[in-house]
Amino acid sequence: MTDTFVDFKNVFLAYDDGGDFAVEDITLSTRQGEFIAIVGPSGCGKSTFMKLATGLKAPTRGSVSIDGSPVTGPLKIVGMAFQAPTLLPWRTTLDNVLLPLEIVEPHRSRFRSNRAQYEAQALKLLKAVGLDGYAQQFPWQLSGGMQQRASICRALIHEPKMLLLDEPFGALDAFTREELWCILRDLQSAQRFNVILVTHDLREAAFLADTIYVMSRRPGRIVARKENPLPGPRELEVTYTEPFTALVHELREHIGRVRTS
Amino acid sequence: MKKSLLQKSAPWLLLSAVLIVWQLVCSLFAISEFIFPSPVAIAQSLVEFAGPIALHAWRTFWVTMAGFALAVVVGVVLGMAIGSSPFLYSAAYPLMTAFNALPKAAFVPILVVWFGIGAGPAILTAFLISFFPIMVNIATGLATLEPEMEDVLRVLGARRMDVLLKVGLPRSMPYFFASLKVAITLAFVGTTVSEMTASNEGIGYLLVSAGSSMRMPLAFAGLVVIGAMAMTMYELFSVVEKRTTGWAHRGAR
Repeated sequence: MTDTFVDFKNVFLAYDDGGDFAVEDITLSTRQGEFIAIVGPSGCGKSTFMKLATGLKAPTRGSVSIDGSPVTGPLKIVGMAFQAPTLLPWRTTLDNVLLPLEIVEPHRSRFRSNRAQYEAQALKLLKAVGLDGYAQQFPWQLSGGMQQRASICRALIHEPKMLLLDEPFGALDAFTREELWCILRDLQSAQRFNVILVTHDLREAAFLADTIYVMSRRPGRIVARKENPLPGPRELEVTYTEPFTALVHELREHIGRVRTS
Repeated sequence: MKKSLLQKSAPWLLLSAVLIVWQLVCSLFAISEFIFPSPVAIAQSLVEFAGPIALHAWRTFWVTMAGFALAVVVGVVLGMAIGSSPFLYSAAYPLMTAFNALPKAAFVPILVVWFGIGAGPAILTAFLISFFPIMVNIATGLATLEPEMEDVLRVLGARRMDVLLKVGLPRSMPYFFASLKVAITLAFVGTTVSEMTASNEGIGYLLVSAGSSMRMPLAFAGLVVIGAMAMTMYELFSVVEKRTTGWAHRGAR
């Protein structure tokens, strides 16, 4: 096993043959257990980047490797969560969280016989995000923030090596958002999975990520890479300090440049 | 939110009001029974011909159910096929719409040539008229699946079948049950239309023969029976719908 986890080498992707590229010449690599954030103006190909990293799309040019092996198809070692919680309304919160185990091998074939054990695992995870007592509720009985927590539990239930988050907190109010930042921070520092967080909230990126990448407008390119100078895991208090503000300010300047160019 | 007693009994109150006005109009203006029979006359012939009406009604009922069952099977299968493949969806949808626009009564003579007089054409007419809403609703339920949900599952290595069984089908169940309510009433229309020209049994046949022998109260009695059967089946599927897909009607609780 190498020390590099995600490895993009000169990756281009065009959705239709001969068309314009959605992302261009992306080169980046992350260490094992690193938390990276990708920020950029809307429509910059952030979601395309996610599809490449999960193997849902193959690059038109260049190569993508995850955990030392080239990506050829969908990657089971990945969990995903989106801005919309996409929970299934006919399943309880617990059953929603268990859904990936009914799909992914090797859990799939053992699901029936080991159900009790899996349920215990799911309940532990729900407890970690502050949802104990809500396992038997249906998603529509939960608030938006609680649904998003359940969605993150669903992404983590099969203990993926990499968590991909596409603006997961975009639809939440500011206080709930900060609460979920802390939950995500704690989960990540306990389990050390890799995270790729796609967001346009610069404070979110600066608070959570070890390394922040700024993408340009379509066709998306990486125009800046910034290591977080603040040691992690960070406390919410840090977001009111001078170095944090300076970091956000610097990122904002990069975004300003790509928006006007 | 519980419905008040008044709201629950509203349809019955309206029905009684209409019947009373109808009866009054018929009695006051002394309208001939051959032109427009009164509710009382209709009720009398319902009782008088209870035996034959029941036989014809039973015939119409099972024929409709057979056609409807066929429509459910074919509608679900076709709906699944065109709903889960964008290619099939765009290929089949315009043709299906054109087919649906054809008057199904026009098929009856053709079906008679193929299957002769009797249950065959009636079952098939009921089927032809009622499979379309079922197919469209299943297809819509499947085709409007959120792409994010599909990504979540596909990345885990889900096969098409997994996505269909775990998400697609449960998700389209409310659409499916809503379509059953529409389809069952249409199926009764199909059966009756076919029986009117191509059968010696059934309420459709009863309507035509009563009409041609000027027994208007009996013809109206036939209409009442059809209406009652369609209503009952509609309500039945309504209850099934509420029981099985309560999660989709949570606002109405």
